[in-house]
Amino acid sequence: MSTPSRTVVIGCGNASRGDDAAGLEVVRLLRGSLPPSVATEETSGDATELIDAWAGADLAIVIDAVCSGAAPGTVHRRIDLVSGDSFRGSSHSLGLAEAVGLGEALGRMPGTLIVFGIEGGDFSIGAPLSAPVWSAVQDVAGTLSADLR
Amino acid sequence: MTHKTIKVGSLSRVEGEGALTVHARDGRVTGMELRIYEPPRFFEALLRGRSHTEPPDITARICGICPVAYQMSACQAVEAACGIEVSGPLRDLRLLLYYGEWIESHTLHIYLLHAPDFLGYESGVAMAADHRDLVEHGLALKKAGNELVAAIGGRPIHPVNVKVGGFYRVPTRAELAPVAERLRHARDIARETVSWVAGFDFPDVDHDYTFLALRHPDEYAILSGSIATSTGEAFAVEEWPAHVTEAQVPYSTALHARLDGEIGYLVGPMARYSLNSAQLCESARQAAADAGLGADCRNPFRSIIVRAVEVLHACEKALRIIESYTEPETPAIPFEYRATTGHGASEAPRGTLYHRYRVDIDGSIAEADIVPPTAQNQARMETDLLQLVEPRLHLPTDELAALCERAIRNYDPCISCSAHFLDLHVDAQ
Repeated sequence: MSTPSRTVVIGCGNASRGDDAAGLEVVRLLRGSLPPSVATEETSGDATELIDAWAGADLAIVIDAVCSGAAPGTVHRRIDLVSGDSFRGSSHSLGLAEAVGLGEALGRMPGTLIVFGIEGGDFSIGAPLSAPVWSAVQDVAGTLSADLR
Repeated sequence: MTHKTIKVGSLSRVEGEGALTVHARDGRVTGMELRIYEPPRFFEALLRGRSHTEPPDITARICGICPVAYQMSACQAVEAACGIEVSGPLRDLRLLLYYGEWIESHTLHIYLLHAPDFLGYESGVAMAADHRDLVEHGLALKKAGNELVAAIGGRPIHPVNVKVGGFYRVPTRAELAPVAERLRHARDIARETVSWVAGFDFPDVDHDYTFLALRHPDEYAILSGSIATSTGEAFAVEEWPAHVTEAQVPYSTALHARLDGEIGYLVGPMARYSLNSAQLCESARQAAADAGLGADCRNPFRSIIVRAVEVLHACEKALRIIESYTEPETPAIPFEYRATTGHGASEAPRGTLYHRYRVDIDGSIAEADIVPPTAQNQARMETDLLQLVEPRLHLPTDELAALCERAIRNYDPCISCSAHFLDLHVDAQ
């Protein structure tokens, strides 16, 4: 993809909840490998944080852990979120779907929003990333690093 | 016996997700389980063997909404064990950090979680579509809290600048100037917020609560103090284990906190207001009076007004601290650990948060005990639900579930890490 002038990559998650940290880890891997014009943000996934994180962006890429029943480590590429969707896969209650709803209601959406979901398997408190999720994290980071050059 | 299991979706608009199970037979509720906040149990185990300097950072991860509360209670417990007390400008900075968290947490609850109940919307998002300016005001108010937390804590979420004895670095006066500018605007919004929520239509409820909150001689207690109750009890934080115990109750599988043997006391904004409202700053007291709050508040639906009053108080007090702020000579006071036990408590947005640590001879944590506010309020919430559900068992399950969710939201419980769906099970014979 060509990189718009104002691009932000946002990782959502809770670093203390096992695979829920997948989005955060993608952003951490990407730091240092992206052009200076691409911003990175880590958030808990709270809706109000998200609409601030993507404020003014032409392109916002959000990576979050999901739990849809697929095999852990499955990457859901470019999830199409529309206002009112319930992104129940996320472990954040007032999260991404609400951020989209809120952003649309308030006219605070980025030009383009792309969402990657990484299927988690173990959301235990204090657990490390599981092996398949760590592999998926590297995969998504590699893809984004190449796309955003 | 017919068994009916109805899934009604997640327990929406509380922090996290939860589950409620109600068992009823012959028109009577025979069992109830509100599954809420258990992560502190895990963290208590995680802390054992770690250094006495680590509880503020580790326990801050328990809650994404109130990490400052965990840091402050943890710091004070460890500092008590080490025989030091943080005072003066360093204490003022801790107050600033805490006021920021109150603003963030209360504003989120007021605008996006609780107000929709009163205005007839199924969510804050739905409300935002019709009330764009109103929600923008709420977001601006919350952002002022975020910026205050970031200025002192280093980050708006999960502050990293707090340590036992003080901070890693302290802000300059110049760094706080833009925060004050935003807070002045936030204070105006906070005042308008009190007026706005006071105009809601509140069910006529008056519960006979036993309240518990910290009380401080010089301020509306938030960071420290001793324990006060509405029954006239007063005791030092060190005496907490002698007064607050946990026990099983017949109708619930969760442990319930007891105060001097009595079950069902309440912590949180209504408790703080009812015990300490005379210590609110003048503008908050006036706003409360104009909003029709009396000397105490015993209607959980009106807790939204109390939260709004506390936000105004937090804005006002934070501004005063910034105006008189002088940089501390050192970002933290030195200390040496002692092999003893320390207790600490502070007022999290949801109520009194108690920590106790026993430091071992090698400086590691030998024992940890964390009593979060939502766990203390669990019994009271279940009592409310029992009284709500029993006379209405004839209602359709979805209607009953919606009523239950609303009753639970009144208490702004933090149930971040509990089960993922609210399953309202009704066993009917």
